[in-house]
Amino acid sequence: MSAGEIRVAINSDQDIVAARQKGRVMANELGFSTGDATLIATAISELARNIVSYARKGQVTIKMVNGLNRQGIAVIASDDGPGIPDIRQAMRDGFSTSGSLGLGLPGVRRLMDEFEITSQPGRGTIVTVKKWRQ
Amino acid sequence: MEVPILKQGAFLIATFQAALSDADLNQLRMGLVQQVVKFRSRAVIVDVTAMDVMDSFASRTLREIAHMIRLRGAETVIVGIQPEVAFAMVQLGLTLEGVATALDLEEGLAYLNDKFKTAN
Repeated sequence: MSAGEIRVAINSDQDIVAARQKGRVMANELGFSTGDATLIATAISELARNIVSYARKGQVTIKMVNGLNRQGIAVIASDDGPGIPDIRQAMRDGFSTSGSLGLGLPGVRRLMDEFEITSQPGRGTIVTVKKWRQ
Repeated sequence: MEVPILKQGAFLIATFQAALSDADLNQLRMGLVQQVVKFRSRAVIVDVTAMDVMDSFASRTLREIAHMIRLRGAETVIVGIQPEVAFAMVQLGLTLEGVATALDLEEGLAYLNDKFKTAN
């Protein structure tokens, strides 16, 4: 259990780097290819950046997950920030409210195999993404 | 984290490390433009071989660096984007449009030498 789960507090841009590095180490340990580990690390970087940009603080949990007959990695980015009022809009390429590039979420969905988002305005956002080992 | 900027004749070479934070990238953006002014450089090579993740912020900063340096009348070449990093960038929808790229430092230097030789 302890070896299968890492939690990184996200409070600053330094933590973005720490989170993606830990994610890459874990992806390597789980036997992901270098290419897939790069996709996972990039997704973590984007999710952690959203936390810093929109919610200022939150956390990223990276853990091993088991499917029916496959193994994978899950990344859960959660915060108690302002939340996303219109998720459908946020999932469109080019949408941004913070003056950033605005392709964070749709891009992250393309990097990973599974993508799930729940958000409540005023309560926070939880994004869960998974990638299965080939 | 300090990014070393090397002066090589009329060119500057900046070598990125793996673990650059947003603050580091912002600092580098300013530092590079100041150095281009100081040395009256003709071109800048940004070597990203060591970068294992190029996310939206990093690629936006690279585009901004190239744009600022172009406004100054110099050229930027990004070299050493790793194949898996390139793949992740494409998936994420990131582009470096309008910015010259080359395989590695050697190719980048060859490109610039060629360019400035014919221009002179």
